[in-house]
Amino acid sequence: MNETIALEVLRYNPDTDREPHFQRYAVPYRDEWVVLDALTHIKDQLDATLCFRWSCHMAVCGSCGVMINGEPKLGCHAFLRDYRNGVVRVEPLDHFPIERDLVIVMDDFMAKLSSVEPYLLVDAAKPLGEGEHLQTPAELNLFKQYAQCINCLLCYAACPQYGLNEGFVGPAALALAHRYNLDSRDTGKDRRAEVVASNEGVWECSFVGACSAVCPKGVDPAAAIQQTKVSASLDWFKAFLLPGGRK
Amino acid sequence: MAKSNKPLLWLPFASGGLVAAFILPVLILITGLLVPLGVVHLPYERMFAFAHNPLGKLVLFGVVALPAWHAAHRLRMTAHDLGLGGGLAVRLICYGAAWLMIAISAAALLVI
Amino acid sequence: MSRRPYLRKIERHWWLRHRRYVVYMVRELTSLFVALYCALLVDGLVRLAQGQAAWEGFVAAISSPLGVLFQLLCLVFATFHSITWFAVTPKAMPVMVKGEAVPPWTIVTAHYAVWAALSLLVLVAAGV
Ligand code: SF4
Ligand code: FES
Repeated sequence: MNETIALEVLRYNPDTDREPHFQRYAVPYRDEWVVLDALTHIKDQLDATLCFRWSCHMAVCGSCGVMINGEPKLGCHAFLRDYRNGVVRVEPLDHFPIERDLVIVMDDFMAKLSSVEPYLLVDAAKPLGEGEHLQTPAELNLFKQYAQCINCLLCYAACPQYGLNEGFVGPAALALAHRYNLDSRDTGKDRRAEVVASNEGVWECSFVGACSAVCPKGVDPAAAIQQTKVSASLDWFKAFLLPGGRK
Repeated sequence: MAKSNKPLLWLPFASGGLVAAFILPVLILITGLLVPLGVVHLPYERMFAFAHNPLGKLVLFGVVALPAWHAAHRLRMTAHDLGLGGGLAVRLICYGAAWLMIAISAAALLVI
Repeated sequence: MSRRPYLRKIERHWWLRHRRYVVYMVRELTSLFVALYCALLVDGLVRLAQGQAAWEGFVAAISSPLGVLFQLLCLVFATFHSITWFAVTPKAMPVMVKGEAVPPWTIVTAHYAVWAALSLLVLVAAGV
């Protein structure tokens, strides 16, 4: 049981480093270990200066996203056994500024997420006395998939359009906007369209589809974005054709 | 931010993609393989009659104009992907070529 | 402790980094061949408008070895366009029946059926 596996981790210390560099560690190999376990081992046993985010260790909190051999993954969801007999290259998520080591700056995403108002918007709140907002299983089915997002940002790291144009609102935020637009209780679609259907919204997407391929929760942001393009286009033409439609 | 007028570019792009997907392969099969092999003939009178018919004109125009627009829009995006920028020059070349094809085919169909 | 975030810019050749992006780039470049074939069609319409002699010249040109080679290349890319286009259509336009999503596979198959029917129609109309 002395087998080890090599981890190459991108290190960056803003106080001392001019630019990031790789550092190699030999970590004990365990069949049941995920990359996050290996990083924890490094931090606890080998090098306490290593910085990375994590919390739940069960693919729920969305904080442990890293690039593993060039592919965005949750560190707690990527088993060492899938990388046996090789080197595991761990880097911070692509397209985001590196705060330190594997920790990225996610301010840009947070601003974009709040810009689409990802919560129920209602024109007129129903008085409490009138009872609950009922929703049928069919209505729930329309958006349930999109509600699984854990904001892990793997989709942003996979999206070349976000890498090429930092203004792009991006996959997860657009998928969440779509999730609320599809909700039978929500009436905020037109308000969200100011962001979603703007030049930096869905139109920046060229349907690469990488976001959906890497999402660990089975969310399909690419589908949400294409559906938004279709409905935004129809809305645009409706507004254009109907008198008084343009605001 | 404000709602964009991109639907004006995107809807014809999407329709053009659909038309191209359904129709172009069989057209290329005919003009590029069956005609050269002599399996299919495209006699002048029949082609002219088809293009002379108003419905025929419409079909021919749609088959040329929509895919041309689709291609122009996609090429513009791809130029951006390849790091060639999305500036005026790229736009002019891509959309300009599409408009040229649309205009010429419309003119030819009007003459026929 | 100071904040000095370091941004690694996307490489120009990002699309070579993963098979997924290469396939995407090939899919996008199908549009080049769509455009070129459209140009050929436009030329055909112009020749048709110019009269019989011009039209026969066009038919001779598309039947030349170079014309065939060029069109075969177009055929490969156009077919790839069709396949990739149909494959993603269920994402852009999902169909709900009685509150349940129609399986993507069904939508894709329907597209292939329409594709086959339309192609057959065109072939018959062309006199095969
Ligand atoms: S859509 Fe998927 S990949 Fe993107 S942030 Fe949400 S859970 Fe992560
Ligand atoms: S640690 Fe929570 S998702 Fe990995």
